[in-house]
Amino acid sequence: MSASAPLPDSASSIPYAVEMRGIVKRFPGVLANDHVDFDLRPGEVHALLGENGAGKSTLMNILSGLYRPDAGLIRVNGRPVHFNSPRDAIAAGLGMVHQHFMLVPTQTVTENIILGLSEPRFFLPLDQLDQRVLALQEQYGLRVDPKARIWQLSVGEQQRVEILKMLYRGANVLIMDEPTAVLTPQEVEELFHTLRAMVARGHSVIFISHKLDEVLKISNRITVLRQGRVAASGIPAHEATKAQLAQLMVGREVVFTVRKKPVQPGEVVLSVEDVCAENDRGLPALRHFSIQVRAGEIVGIAGVAGNGQSELAQVITGLRRCSCGRVVIAGEDIANRPPRAAIERHVAHIPEDRHGVGSSPGLSLAENLIMKSHRRPPISNGWVLNLPMIRRQAAQLKDEYNIIAPSVEVQARLLSGGNLQKAILAREISAGPRLIIAVQPTRGLDVGAIETVQNLLLKEREHGAAILLISEELEELLTLSDRIVGMYEGRHMGELNAEEATLAAIGLMMAGTPQGKPATR
Amino acid sequence: MIDWIAILQAGIASGTVLLFAAIGEIMAERSGVMNLGVEGMMLIGAMTAYRTAVTIDQPWVGLLFAMLAAGILSLLHAVVSIHFQADQVVSGLAINFVGIGLSMVLGEGLSKAGAVSLLPTITVPLLSQIPVLGPILFTNHNPMTYLGYALTPAAWFYIHRTRPGLHLRAVGEHPAAADAMGINVYRLRYGYVFAGGVLAGLAGGTISLAVSPGWFSELTTSGQGWIAIGLVIFAQWNPWRAAAGAYMFGALRRLILDLQGPQTLLGFANPFFYTPRLGFFLQMLPYALVILILFIGSREAMKKRVGAPAALGVPYIRGERGT
Repeated sequence: MSASAPLPDSASSIPYAVEMRGIVKRFPGVLANDHVDFDLRPGEVHALLGENGAGKSTLMNILSGLYRPDAGLIRVNGRPVHFNSPRDAIAAGLGMVHQHFMLVPTQTVTENIILGLSEPRFFLPLDQLDQRVLALQEQYGLRVDPKARIWQLSVGEQQRVEILKMLYRGANVLIMDEPTAVLTPQEVEELFHTLRAMVARGHSVIFISHKLDEVLKISNRITVLRQGRVAASGIPAHEATKAQLAQLMVGREVVFTVRKKPVQPGEVVLSVEDVCAENDRGLPALRHFSIQVRAGEIVGIAGVAGNGQSELAQVITGLRRCSCGRVVIAGEDIANRPPRAAIERHVAHIPEDRHGVGSSPGLSLAENLIMKSHRRPPISNGWVLNLPMIRRQAAQLKDEYNIIAPSVEVQARLLSGGNLQKAILAREISAGPRLIIAVQPTRGLDVGAIETVQNLLLKEREHGAAILLISEELEELLTLSDRIVGMYEGRHMGELNAEEATLAAIGLMMAGTPQGKPATR
Repeated sequence: MIDWIAILQAGIASGTVLLFAAIGEIMAERSGVMNLGVEGMMLIGAMTAYRTAVTIDQPWVGLLFAMLAAGILSLLHAVVSIHFQADQVVSGLAINFVGIGLSMVLGEGLSKAGAVSLLPTITVPLLSQIPVLGPILFTNHNPMTYLGYALTPAAWFYIHRTRPGLHLRAVGEHPAAADAMGINVYRLRYGYVFAGGVLAGLAGGTISLAVSPGWFSELTTSGQGWIAIGLVIFAQWNPWRAAAGAYMFGALRRLILDLQGPQTLLGFANPFFYTPRLGFFLQMLPYALVILILFIGSREAMKKRVGAPAALGVPYIRGERGT
């Protein structure tokens, strides 16, 4: 349902709220924006669509004054502007809500909202400022305790603080960078409600996303970027289709279905029983969490980031201590054993942090590929590495998994995100795993790489591997998983079979309402 | 017998030195820049103050020059670590040695300079009549001690209840967020590193012109800059806790000196009486205590989730993705 109220067109007398013409921005080795045009009418939601690396964020960082364009012109309400810093953009009424929130975690909501303002001059009348923040909240229906500290808030609440911060500054245009990436489906609904309320009050919104459904739902018009260029400019949302947008984004036709063959699950490979663990801040991250994964099935974990999913993967792979419970892999408890215990039991780990945990960026592709097999022949005799063998094996994996790199000697950090992930999968899967722990395996990858990664996981499932899939992409969970377990504040929120699972039910689990079958152990 | 009142009174005076240096370092670190050159900056301050006092017989001008000299030295650290984004630990250590070396060279011959005008001592009327506290806190102190009393609440209020303080905290915790809100991260960091240098210089000048007057080359500060850095961590970047630690350490240093005086302690023969070897052992104790306190302090900080400013030691580069 796209609101299609009559909007001013370019010929009318009302100037654009924002107009960007011929924007060029180069980074070393990359042309991030290549003569990009973009315009925003007053009172509309204009979506900026594109894959990762298409240049959306660069364009918006230019508009919010963080970067300076190498060429091009920006007009706000018809007047040319030159932003030297974010302060200038804010003064012109443009407010950016960043994907990674720009909030100081140790400060209160009010302190974050007034940060950087020249008023009050010196003393902070905190109670009075809290009142003013409350009044603003009332106006827009965005509720959050002004005295709370940011680290105590949920992600959805933090986003509200970001929006309030911009409204407090009198922002007329709101730039939302991937705002739904971290929200539950219900929170997304709330956000859309807020955005509509703001548009009704005369604000305009630039909505950056790569999620087609959301873009079609919220926006009036859509501009698509591909490889730094405009692939489609300002097409009305009610005329667009998902397939058409996907093709514009990727530049080729995209098939949305991944074929999943029926597999009869085998014996239990992983049994996490009643596990508790703390996060890096020493707060409970897992609270008596239990889960079982059988051979030949994919169990998906649905949860908003920071509800214990990362810690669960770390406990299973031996990277984090657990304070209670058991982690049984093939009948043996390996809780609190070093990571090598898991590796020796053929546990593959596709970690969230590809650069820090998944690979060693300074080492070569070949060295990264043998990181788990370097102790044994034929790679080494336990002491001396067999370099020709390493090179041969790495070259073979590079071909087999279609890793695009000039040679196997190239440093891992020079690989693109998709190729690095393929390299990690090659290392983990070529060893013939019994259990795969995959954390956000497709995050930040382009559509082609996503297809590859998902198909590799499905193939391993057919080969009888047990797979625990932790993902924030709900579509991915629904397509790949056999069962979906909800996770909230480190607790098991119930389990749904993939066939019966709906987005709404998953969303409720993610927000802390148990659904489906309770945990068994 | 040991005169406890005298020890505490002297402890307050020498604790003031630690307090200045620690609050200066708190300011710099709250903005995200660690400056390990405190010892060197204090020494430059002590030397400059004494040199000025010897030359023009003006202790107050000496203090002013001490602050300027240490401030300029700290700017060197600022340029290297903020502008050139060098490692703050390495740069800070280098600053420390630059400071020590410069003071050795420029302070040559100062120890034999003879009589010099020092800072006056003041006894506060009325307040000094309070039993016990009066003699300790308000009798025969140099003006810097009284300044120290005012500095602690002022620093706390500035950090937590003013707009510039809010910006200071934001820059040290999340510089990208501050930058996005139009705060000039680099300018603030320069400013607070300079402020830290100025306060370290003041601390040094207070030593050579009041607390233990004279120039004894590197023994003038004798490692107090390092104790101040330890105190900052113990204080969890809070001026009140810094003050408590500073005065405690000041009293401890004083007590250790006085322990070597009397022949008997609590009726027993004093093992430290005129035994230079054990004297060195005693003088080592405050530094060992720093290690212990750091250990306890960091455990407590983990439990209470108050920690170092999140961006401490990390150079800020706009547009670099760091999450």
